[in-house]
Amino acid sequence: MNCEEARAQLDTYLDGELPAEKMRDLDAHVRSCPACAADVLARVQLKRSVKAAAGERYAPSATFRAKMQKQVAARPRRSSVFGWVPAAVFAVLLVAGAATLYVGRQNLRRAQVYSEIADLHVSTLSSANPVDVVSTDRHTVKPWFQGKIPFTFNLPELQNTDFTLVGGRVTYLEQTPGAHLIFQIRKHQISVFMFPENAADQVLGNPSGVEHKRTFNTATWTQDGLRYIVLGDASPDDIRALSTLLRSAAHA
Amino acid sequence: MCVSALPPQSATFEELAMPLFDQLYNFAYWLAQNREEAEDLVQETFTKALRGFGSFQPGTNFRAWMYRILRNTFLTSRSGLKASTVSLDDSEDPASLLPADPHTPESILMDRSQQELLRGAIDELPVHYREVLLLCEVEEMSYQEIAETISVPIGTVMSRLSRARAALRAAVGKKLQRA
Repeated sequence: MNCEEARAQLDTYLDGELPAEKMRDLDAHVRSCPACAADVLARVQLKRSVKAAAGERYAPSATFRAKMQKQVAARPRRSSVFGWVPAAVFAVLLVAGAATLYVGRQNLRRAQVYSEIADLHVSTLSSANPVDVVSTDRHTVKPWFQGKIPFTFNLPELQNTDFTLVGGRVTYLEQTPGAHLIFQIRKHQISVFMFPENAADQVLGNPSGVEHKRTFNTATWTQDGLRYIVLGDASPDDIRALSTLLRSAAHA
Repeated sequence: MCVSALPPQSATFEELAMPLFDQLYNFAYWLAQNREEAEDLVQETFTKALRGFGSFQPGTNFRAWMYRILRNTFLTSRSGLKASTVSLDDSEDPASLLPADPHTPESILMDRSQQELLRGAIDELPVHYREVLLLCEVEEMSYQEIAETISVPIGTVMSRLSRARAALRAAVGKKLQRA
């Protein structure tokens, strides 16, 4: 390598951009050439001087720094302009999914509760001794439950109606004790269940009117801290009529 | 290659840009040559960068990206247009390959009292020379980074740097003679 070749590469060499093998050649030349070595020294000094003179020469004012800091502060992350869209979609799906799941579960729970109620109704009627207190007199039946269930209730006056009270028994819905009364209208027997309001996690809600569940007609509501469920194979009108009697008796 | 210039995937704009704030301001001042314009330049750069941050590719060079925005903003500003009207010939100039003037006592520049002289010489350089010189010596950017910043091939970066240094040397020499 001669001086001309060397000097053409000195800046690149000092900027650290020369390939390794050329770097070695240049190193060797500079070691053996005092003129090029002096040139290297001069260029190094100029580089350092420029850095010292121009670097950090101008410092921003505190006011300007604060202004810029405020401008960029708490900006969303990279791609954030679109980044929130999938996040929002995901969140909506999650909520929708959770809601669907919740509604699904509630429906499932409700079906289970009605299933259990229907079973109680059917098994009781099929029993040889469907009721433990056999009486058409509400003043006999109501006191019978005293001390057997954790609440009390009022029963309607059935004179001048087609309904008769058959009797009652203590029953359980998901480990919650309650009263199971049986009423009769013509040949149909209707079960009336009363539980504390929060029985079955209040999953039954307060549907209006008579519903058709598991081939039975049924009505349910909460009143004065009690959950009422009326269920039987009688007509919806009969179920509704009995429900109305029970509601007004509870108010009495 | 400056590895630290590669931002992590999820860094915020603030996390990436604020560490560059002082350097960008210094560079802006060197380009614009006054405080007000330097502030306007940095502010506009940050505004543009924030707006474009969504399209910034993570893993690419954030620093070069910021400097490129700042530089382009300057070149399209009034003083930038005025400063860059001096046309530059980027073809190889044999003069730039000449050895440093052996009579220029460059060691004198290491003296802090001579810094103003050197600053004056840098200020007088055409803006295209001033910017490559500052990006190389002050920002210590690689040729590749400089090429990305000023959007020219690496060969052009090398020849401009060479000319910038030769011009600076000549200017310093003249000033020293006058002094």
